[in-house]
Formats: sequence, C-alpha cells, structure tokens
Amino acid sequence: MNSVRADSRTEPRIVRILIIAIALIFLTVFVALPLVVVFAQAFSKGLGAYFAAALGEPEALSAIRLTLLTAAISVSLNLVFGVIAAWAVSKFEFRGKTLLITLIDLPFSVSPVISGLVYVLLFGAQGYWGPWLQSHNIYILFALPGIALATTFVTFPFVARALIPLMQEQGTQEEEAAISLGASGLQTFFRVTLPNVKWGVLYGVLLCNARAMGEFGAVSVVSGHIRGETNTMPLLVEILYNEYQFVSSFAIASLLAMLALITLIAKTILERNLDEGQLSGGD
Amino acid sequence: MAIEVKNLVKKFGTFAALDHVDLRVGDGELLALLGPSGSGKTTLLRIIAGLDWPDSGEVSFDGHDALAHGAGERNVGFVFQHYALFRHMTVFENVAFGLRVQPRAVRKDEAAIRARVKELLDLVQLDWLSDRYPSQLSGGQRQRIALARALAIEPRILLLDEPFGALDAKVRKELRQWLRSLHSEIHVTSIFVTHDQEEALEVANRVVVMDKGRIEQVGTPSDVYDNPATAFVHGFIGESIVLPVDVSEGCVRLGGRTLNIAADGLETGASRLFIRRHDMQVEPPGTGALQGAVRHVRTFGPIQRAEVALSAVQGETLIEIDAPRDRPLKVGDVIGLHPRRFRIFAGQE
Repeated sequence: MNSVRADSRTEPRIVRILIIAIALIFLTVFVALPLVVVFAQAFSKGLGAYFAAALGEPEALSAIRLTLLTAAISVSLNLVFGVIAAWAVSKFEFRGKTLLITLIDLPFSVSPVISGLVYVLLFGAQGYWGPWLQSHNIYILFALPGIALATTFVTFPFVARALIPLMQEQGTQEEEAAISLGASGLQTFFRVTLPNVKWGVLYGVLLCNARAMGEFGAVSVVSGHIRGETNTMPLLVEILYNEYQFVSSFAIASLLAMLALITLIAKTILERNLDEGQLSGGD
Repeated sequence: MAIEVKNLVKKFGTFAALDHVDLRVGDGELLALLGPSGSGKTTLLRIIAGLDWPDSGEVSFDGHDALAHGAGERNVGFVFQHYALFRHMTVFENVAFGLRVQPRAVRKDEAAIRARVKELLDLVQLDWLSDRYPSQLSGGQRQRIALARALAIEPRILLLDEPFGALDAKVRKELRQWLRSLHSEIHVTSIFVTHDQEEALEVANRVVVMDKGRIEQVGTPSDVYDNPATAFVHGFIGESIVLPVDVSEGCVRLGGRTLNIAADGLETGASRLFIRRHDMQVEPPGTGALQGAVRHVRTFGPIQRAEVALSAVQGETLIEIDAPRDRPLKVGDVIGLHPRRFRIFAGQE
C-alpha cells in the first residue's frame, strides 16, 4: 500500500520550487533585465545627460511630437472604425460577416513591413495613385499622412477586438428595450450600447495607443527617415543606436519603456473595471 | 387598444415559427399566449411589438396597420424575460429612459419626468430603490422595474415575454397576483407569453394555446381546461390520462376489450381517450369501464394519488388517478374505474 499524501492536489515540494524558479528566472532574463538595462544605459552619464538627450535635442523633440501626433490620429481613427466595426459585427446579421471579421484580424497576421510596403505600392512614385497624387501636390509617403496611415492599419484590430466579444456577450436585448421605448438608433447607440462597453473601449484604445507609439516596421518603410521630420521615436532609437549614441538612444527608448509600464498599470486597472462591468450585466 | 393579427407567417430558415396565425385581442384584455417552447408564442409577441417582422400577414392596432411603423412608433411597452434593464443606469434613470428619449417637442420637463418616475416607482412599490443599479436588485425587483420602465411611455399595449420565467416559485406567485391587480388598475391591453399553464389560467382573462406555430385554441381559462378543442390542448393543459383506443361500430375498444362508454358520433379508427385524473371515479371491482389493481398510493392535501395497473390490456398500462380521500385505497386493491368525463380524439401520436 502506498501512503496517502495529505493533499493529493499538491505536487512534491521540490517540483513546486523548481517550477516557480524556472518561471522567475525566465521573467527576469527576458522581461525585467532588458527593462533595467534600458534605464541603466539611459542614466549612465547622469541625469543631466539624460534630459539633454531625451528632451534637449531638436531631433528628439521632433520625434516625440511626431509619435504623439501619429498616435493621436491613428487612435482616433481606429476608435471610430473599431467601434463601428464591432457594432456591426456583434449586433447585426448580414452576409459577409465572417469575411469582415477575418479582415479585421488581417493586420495582426501580416508582417508590419508588408503593411508598409502596401502603402508604398499604393502611394509611391511608381505606385497606383502616386503619380496622380504627386501632380496634385499631395504627399502621403515620407510624410505624416503615410506614417499615420501605416500605423492606423497595423493597429486597427485592437479596438474592434476588445469590443466584439464584450458586445456579443451583452446581446441585443437592451437595444431592443431602448428601441421599444421610442429611442432612435443614434440615441440607442450613444445612451445604451456605448456606455455599456466604455471600459472595453478604453481598454482597446490603451492597447492601440501603446502599439501605435511603438510601431517600427510599417512606419520604417513609409517614413523615409528624414531627420527631424519623419522619424518617430522607435525609428530615432534605431538611428541613434547605429550611430553609437547610446545615451541618447536609450534615453528615447526609456521614454517608450515608461509608456509601456504606464500602459501595463492602466491595463490592470481597466481589466478590473471590465470584469466588474461584466458581472453587473448578468441577469 | 384592440389588436388584430391576420394570416401571419414567419419562417426562420425552413422552420415555420408562425404558420398562418389569426388572432383578435379586445381592448383592455389580459391575454396569455400559452405553449411549449418553439410553439411560436414569443415570435408572435415580438412581431406585435415590432421587434421582428413577419414574412407575410397583417397586424393592426384599432384598425390601423401596425406593420407600417417601427417598434419605437408603436407605443408598445415590452417587458423582456431577462428584464434587459440598462445596466449602467440607476433604477430611476431606467424608468425615465422612455421619457428622456422623446423628441424635444413633446418631451416633458425635468420636474414632470421626476414626478412621473416617482409615480411609477410607487406603483410598483419600489420607490426606495431608485438610486440602485440593476445588479443590486433581486430578480423580482428587476422585473417590476422593467414593468415600470415599459409603463413610463404610457403604452397603448403592454407585452410581456415570459415575465416570471426566470424567478423562483414563491416570487412568481406573488408577481402573478400583483400583475393581475395592476392590470385591473391601469387596464391597458396586455399580452403575456408563458409556458406555464398554471400562470396562464390564473392570470389571464383569455388564453391562447399555441403549438408548432399554430393556434390550437382560444378561450377563457375554464374553456380551455374543461373543453379542450384538440388532443394537444387536452394533453398540454391539466394532467391527463391518455389511452390508445380503437373506435369502430359505435364501440370504443381498449386492448381488444370494449369499454363501457358512449362512442356516438366518433370517427372510426385509431384514437386516443383523454381523461382528467380527477375525473376517474373509483367503483367496486367488476363495474365501471376499466379494471385495475392499485400499485402505489400517495396521499397529500385533499386527494390520494393512486397508480393503477389496468388489466385486460396487453402488457401493463399504468395510469395515475386522483381520488378523494373519503374512500381510502390500499396497495393491492382491485378496483373498477369509471370516467365521469372524457374526450376521444381521432388519430394517434
């Protein structure tokens, strides 16, 4: 007869310690350490050098400005498109719905570099619309519009993906109730549908923003790397690094890393709210 | 407001949810749509509300075509099975919703809205909950708030989809009585859907029994209980004993043996004999239409429920009868049974 263990669910002590240790080592080496290194490098020449590099250089400031502007544009666009797409997919039945859901996911499955190249093919000098645009003095590629477009494309799924499961779970009964009480479609949307998913919207916007500010591949293809004009923060990090300006490079990188940390904290708070919001919805 | 439904057809794919349905509802009626799930009762209700659209047929309110208007223009109060309260609004705002979304030209001012909501919350006796959120209420409270919200727009018609379906038995019973008294107070034409016969018979003035997208019978509660029009209604409403019989030459035969009951005017052929449990009268052995042996007796309240094995039937057929307690039955007793009332419907399942 084997002796019966006190609690049959628990693994032997040694196994538990081993598993936890592996997880901790992995997280330290692959997640925590790089983050520490970024900040250590950025501050390696002292606070003065850090702030001079991060906020004193016109090139850095221009990159920060461009990144913020790009993120603002693409997040607003994706907020509108994402909410509309999620609304359509989750509250209505129509032909081609599956196709639409697949299309929403497309940016996730395509390499960002390809996404950028698509815009070069469309708007470039040899592209489909390039010559026409050029003759009308409209500049998309190697300028803000191109960067914003590429970023918007890459970050499109975030808002829609955050909302679709939430809206599907909530169903259409509250909307039906609103309609039968005399509300118009718009009133129903703004007074019932949207408030019900507000935490989901914020969650999607948060992730969308983080990705928009950090996007490298697609932006790198369409940006043209014009110093002080079309370099976003991630692009500038790479350029400075390649020029051996480690303090400057890591100073900018540390700003991005800080954004990531803030995003993480906000995400945790939002997720808690999201769970509560969903709980209170049950019947 | 009188409602008239004519020749309504609604299909979901190949499934006919409503199969040529005709119905008239008089002004101020409290009508129950009763049927098993999939009988089309909810679909009918949703079409009347404007939440679904028929494939063909007519719906009119007081002679005016209702299908020409969307749900919002029909002035119909709809109460959902799962309440569908707006989860991000307080009870007060839920009830006020219908008043707040009115076009500016007819919208009441804030003071009037507050007064009206207060009045409705008083009506459903929940004014003390006005600052709570739906998630903080019990099921019965939510249902009453849902009703107050539907009444806020002063609907001409009140439609309730399984209003008590998600509640426990005790709350159900309370709300039933409450709904009936509320109806006699405000007297708005009301239709409610239910699969619970007791609920339909207890609350409604008239009951519409539906099955497979068709209306089987429309009548007062006592009508549908005492004079079921079809085999389905007899089987669905009340507890029935159903026995397969053969009708030929003016005789009713069960398992080859002629039963001592009248068969005048019946169609010849395989049929079913329906008897209410309490309509089966216990007789001395050897008399009555049927013979059997008592297998099991349970006694509760004013009745004793006995399981009886009918003899002279191939194999063994067990039936349950409800007998008064004045003559106690014992397991093993051989008894005669006589149906005081019965119905025979042609055809077998």
